[in-house]
Amino acid sequence: MPNTIAADRPSDTLPPPLRPEPESAPLRATIENFNFYYADGFHAIRNVSMPILDRQVTALIGPSGCGKSTLLRALNRMHDLYPGNRYEGRITLLPEGTNLIGREMDPVMVRLRIGMVFQKPNPFPKSIYENVAAGLRVRGISDRRVIDEAVEIALRRAAIWDETKDRLHKSAYELSGGQQQRLCIARALAPNPEILLLDEPTSALDPIATAKIEELIDEIGKETTVVIVTHNMQQASRISARTAFMYLGELIEFGETSQIFTNPRHPRTEHYITGRYG
Amino acid sequence: MAVMTEGNLSGAAATAAAVGAITRAKRIDIVVAACGVVIMVMAMGLLLTLIGDLAIRGLGRIDYQFLTSFPSRRPENAGILSAWVGSILVMLTTAVLAIPIGVLAGLYLEEYARKNWISNLIEINVANLAGVPSIIYGLLALGLFVYGLNLGKTILVAGMTLGLLILPIVIVSTREAIRSIPLIVKEAAYGLGADKWQVMWHYIIPAARPGILTGAIVGLSRAIGETAPIITIGALTFIAFLPPPPITDSFPFISFAWLHDQFTVLPIQMFNWVSRPQEGFHINAAATGVVLMVLTLALNGMAIYIRYRLRRSVRN
Amino acid sequence: MPSPIPTADDLIRNGYIRRRRAIGTMMALIMFACAALSVFVTTAIVVILVEESWMFFREVPILDFLTGTMWTPVFTDAQFGVLPLLVSTLQVAFLALLIAIPMGTVMAIYLSEYASTAVRETIKPALELLEAVPTVVYGYFALIVMTPFLQKFIPGLAGINLLVPSIILGIMILPYVVSVSEDAMRAVPNGLREGAYALGMSRWQVAFRVVLPGAMSGVTAAYILGMSRAVGETMVVAIAAGQNPNLTFDPREGAATITAYIVQMSLGDLPRGTLAYSTIFSTGLLLFVITLMFNIAGFYLRKRFREVY
Ligand SMILES: Nc1ncnc2c1ncn2[C@@H]1O[C@H](COP(=O)(O)OP(=O)(O)O)[C@@H](O)[C@H]1O
Ligand SMILES: [Mg+2]
Repeated sequence: MPNTIAADRPSDTLPPPLRPEPESAPLRATIENFNFYYADGFHAIRNVSMPILDRQVTALIGPSGCGKSTLLRALNRMHDLYPGNRYEGRITLLPEGTNLIGREMDPVMVRLRIGMVFQKPNPFPKSIYENVAAGLRVRGISDRRVIDEAVEIALRRAAIWDETKDRLHKSAYELSGGQQQRLCIARALAPNPEILLLDEPTSALDPIATAKIEELIDEIGKETTVVIVTHNMQQASRISARTAFMYLGELIEFGETSQIFTNPRHPRTEHYITGRYG
Repeated sequence: MAVMTEGNLSGAAATAAAVGAITRAKRIDIVVAACGVVIMVMAMGLLLTLIGDLAIRGLGRIDYQFLTSFPSRRPENAGILSAWVGSILVMLTTAVLAIPIGVLAGLYLEEYARKNWISNLIEINVANLAGVPSIIYGLLALGLFVYGLNLGKTILVAGMTLGLLILPIVIVSTREAIRSIPLIVKEAAYGLGADKWQVMWHYIIPAARPGILTGAIVGLSRAIGETAPIITIGALTFIAFLPPPPITDSFPFISFAWLHDQFTVLPIQMFNWVSRPQEGFHINAAATGVVLMVLTLALNGMAIYIRYRLRRSVRN
Repeated sequence: MPSPIPTADDLIRNGYIRRRRAIGTMMALIMFACAALSVFVTTAIVVILVEESWMFFREVPILDFLTGTMWTPVFTDAQFGVLPLLVSTLQVAFLALLIAIPMGTVMAIYLSEYASTAVRETIKPALELLEAVPTVVYGYFALIVMTPFLQKFIPGLAGINLLVPSIILGIMILPYVVSVSEDAMRAVPNGLREGAYALGMSRWQVAFRVVLPGAMSGVTAAYILGMSRAVGETMVVAIAAGQNPNLTFDPREGAATITAYIVQMSLGDLPRGTLAYSTIFSTGLLLFVITLMFNIAGFYLRKRFREVY
């Protein structure tokens, strides 16, 4: 379809969202008919279904306010912190098949499996070492040697070991913004999460720090399942294997990243992508 | 400005009137601001007079003898030993009781309570208790602790009474401290898989510590000067002995016998001396007042300093 | 070698999760108990005051208590008319407000509408120091310093009187009145101010014609809560207003307030169980009811005020 679609064309004249095609690659989780309502009744996610590939990076893209963060935060039950929010549908963690948003599922258990990195770097007002060790202490680990080792591994995986190894016991606030964000990634990685969620991790950073973190996510994605929200389409195209395009709470199109960016099937996706690239 | 709305003035007259109104408004503004400054000066003047007078009358009386003697019928032999020891022990008891209970209650109200009639009831109660006269707490303690539970007129009872008295202060400051913790720190902690109590214990309480500390100090500074409830429970003014020491030389080396001893405190001692007709006792009262003022001003100064540092660190 | 870091399933298997949940539940219960303590305290206050004054009100009809003009509980011909205590209590509170209301209101307007942030941040802690001074020290100051000084200017001012403690109380509750009123004034939306300035109002007009009326229910709450504090204040009046029940409307005379009376009786050694002794609880109950009414009125005015903005 030619790129003449007007931005303000009512959505009912556009084709309905495309259902994701069945995946042949191994999956880590599936989202099925997922709906989310905020406490004020706002229906923020509408009937989203998509797979999350095992040990791959999945990117969520879409215009601001389309529900990317909402969907991401549902994956580790962050919404349970605020009363009145409501989930519907199913998010299945594979291979066990547990429903992450089931009634009987304790949100704490979900968060013990699924780590998260936030938009703004948010280290604790503690030392670098204690920041990375925080998730381990939450899991009751107190053996000094185990923690030392895990902290080093995590800092290395987050590519910040060289910068911090001589000042592990200094305050995390002494680090630059980009370093703080990598520290937060190390903090999330230290307890070996089954899935790592990243919510626009580079939006508050300068281009150099952004490039470092992109490289890092690419590296992490080889061993860990990663879901990343980004508003930066180049970023999505560089680091992800699959891309989901959302619009007004709906999943418009899901597919291989190269396909989404070179050959979008849905006019809405095409408009979004070409709109940015001219 | 009313002149301008009359409408039938010539342009020049209107301008002149407007200029007049503006200068008049300026004058009134200056008067209002001056009133504020004058009131401030008056209030501070009163405070400084009070402090200055206490110092002039009492400072010279404070010496080794005064700090290490028991009360006496002769003003020049009397001292505040039992009073300051009593004050310290009562404060200790108050702090140990009120701070943990107040912090936990504040945590509950801020982080745990659902909006329902129970939490509403608790909120109204805390607000009301903050305004209950301190002497009523004394009557409560008399009826409940002294007669009801037969605990006697002891340091423990005084600590419990003042603990209840300052509880609302600790609760309110804890809640304010918790409310000012950025959401992103809380979410980061939950995001690591911490359960609610872990988040409270490892993140919320430490982050709220300066605010809690300020509230606790303000509460204690209030408690240290409280007289009425202590009088009501019947604390004695003539105590010529010290409670048993908290540290003993035989196992287990710690003793809580002092909790169950009779006592007096600085404000009671001061009240007693003010009520005597002799000038010598008034000097003793002034000297005790100096000690009390130093303690309360030091505590308040500490609270102000912590709050100031907290503000600065929030800005950075 | 297995990873030394337990997975979520490991944590369930080794019982760690169960332990954590148990601790969490226990702590939640403890926290609830701590918060609920406030309800218990209020209840206990009411129960104790009512229970201990039960005996009193069986002997003395409430109406006689509230309307009697003689208070002589320890005399052989004991009279239990609380009016002398009540009148001096309300008189002191009223005089204190006469000082605190104008001073507090102007000060609050100054702080909220005129002072710069830096000035405000300096003045407020300084004002709070007035609240921090132990009341017994204020009592001393009223009796030993201020009364002799004012006796030079006010003819007929007795050495023990209601006037001086009222002045001191007015200054004592000033910081509280200022801080509650200023909170109320600053809660008035800036839009209202800007609208008024746009109409050509000057600063004092905005302050007195827009902000003060807009904040009126909050400011009234400040007055009422200040009144409640003045009614309940004890040591200043016990020291400087005397302990002699005296039905008078002349503040130059000394007269016992309810609180001063309770102090006096607590210092004596009347045995528990006598009618005279039970008066500390019946007068205490009256005091509690008065302050409770003020507190509740203040609470709801403040709440209503917050709902408006
Ligand atoms: N706490 C909330 N309550 C109600 N609506 C919310 C809340 N948070 C976000 N929203 C709304 O949900 C929609 C999706 O928000 P979000 O997921 O943050 O978008 P994105 O991350 O894609 O920019 C937006 O319209 C937003 O206004
Ligand atoms: Mg977002």
